[in-house]
Amino acid sequence: MGLKEFLFLLRGLQWTVALAAIGFIGGGIAGLFVALARTSANKLLVAVTRGYISVFQGTPLLMQLFVVYYGLALVGLKLDAWVAVAIGFTLHASAYLGEIWRGGIEAVPRGQTEAALALSLRYWSRTKDVVLPQAFKISLPATIGFLVQLIKGTSLAAIVGFTELARAGSIISNQIFEPLVVFGIVGILYFAICWPLSLFGAHLERQFAQGSR
Amino acid sequence: MNNANPSTSAEPMIVFRHVEKWYGSFKALTDINLEVRTGEKIVLCGPSGSGKSTLIRCINHLEPYQKGELLVEGLKVGEDPKIIDAVRREVGMVFQQFNLFPHMTVLENCILAPMRTRKTPREAAVATARRLLDRVKILDQADKYPAQLSGGQQQRVAIARALCMEPKAMLFDEPTSALDPEMVKEVLDTMISLAEEGMTMICVTHEMGFARQVADRVIFMAKGEIIEEAPPEQFFRNPQHKRTQQFLGEILSRH
Repeated sequence: MGLKEFLFLLRGLQWTVALAAIGFIGGGIAGLFVALARTSANKLLVAVTRGYISVFQGTPLLMQLFVVYYGLALVGLKLDAWVAVAIGFTLHASAYLGEIWRGGIEAVPRGQTEAALALSLRYWSRTKDVVLPQAFKISLPATIGFLVQLIKGTSLAAIVGFTELARAGSIISNQIFEPLVVFGIVGILYFAICWPLSLFGAHLERQFAQGSR
Repeated sequence: MNNANPSTSAEPMIVFRHVEKWYGSFKALTDINLEVRTGEKIVLCGPSGSGKSTLIRCINHLEPYQKGELLVEGLKVGEDPKIIDAVRREVGMVFQQFNLFPHMTVLENCILAPMRTRKTPREAAVATARRLLDRVKILDQADKYPAQLSGGQQQRVAIARALCMEPKAMLFDEPTSALDPEMVKEVLDTMISLAEEGMTMICVTHEMGFARQVADRVIFMAKGEIIEEAPPEQFFRNPQHKRTQQFLGEILSRH
């Protein structure tokens, strides 16, 4: 395998990182609203978001991308592959992050909210100043775990024609007939991104377990 | 509420009229009638599960009640969220478990609510917080996080945090129950000095020495009802009800 092929793989890696970043940022923003809705006092919001989470956790990401890209095209809404994948990953990530953060929010002791209420802090201040900082800390290891899953999940974007890392690997492999070498390198590239993240997550977990803050 | 005329202080500040509360089918408060005047210090005691915490938590609507009415400075605490907000601004609360915000320093704990709800500028909020932290003798810990402090120190910070809102009354929900014995005194001393300065206080506590020293009235509750109510001298020397005598027997033999 030559330099040209390797650079092609690196370009695939670039897409992989970009897709994961879009999914994580879009999903993070939407997931925050999902988590807040899921923990709100409004029964309708709770029910709707519970259904939303069930649907996206209960179906494969591959199918979700398929529906957004090909399904919406069938009903006349032709989306650019970029847009379709961004929407697909955002929906997917928002359901998972929403559920992870809901758990974090509910793990914040009730007394914290009561103290904030007794100080007459309004909903937004209670949420932003008191509950969310603590909930995010509790949820951080699980959040990083999900980010690792998401990076690997980007390989599914290949079905809508994206040449991300896994797809780049199979293209090169078909050209030079060295699947073992090519996919070995592809694997190492995934690992090089995901492993440090996992280590970081484990490090944070240990820090929180013993930390005083 | 801010416009309330201080000269009306003959009016009771907090009034319970036939207040009743249920948790599902369990009746937590039965026909509570109570008036607390400005500047008065009330100690609430009774066996666990007698409804004393529930009673004071109704005042700032941490617990809703179902029947009767509860007035704070003439305003009915109930459905209207504006009134609930106003009452919470004027009535501070100290909890058994301190409930300091663990991700904020002591100083940040103290300035959050004044800045958010009173829109106090940061410098003014910091100045007030430092003055009150000094008053509870913990100013030197202002930049530490709650977990770095002892229980007694945390509870004093919690008192300072509530005082930063410049409340007209303070509710104490078993403020020393979670403390190691050697830390009880520092918290009680803080409460005593607050009482001496004329703060209206309702304290749920089993610290009978404190009750003797500062209370204007001691109220004994059992099974969600107010059983007996008397000035401390009379309450301790000559309790009228059998249930009160039994309770005092138990609690005083422990000390």
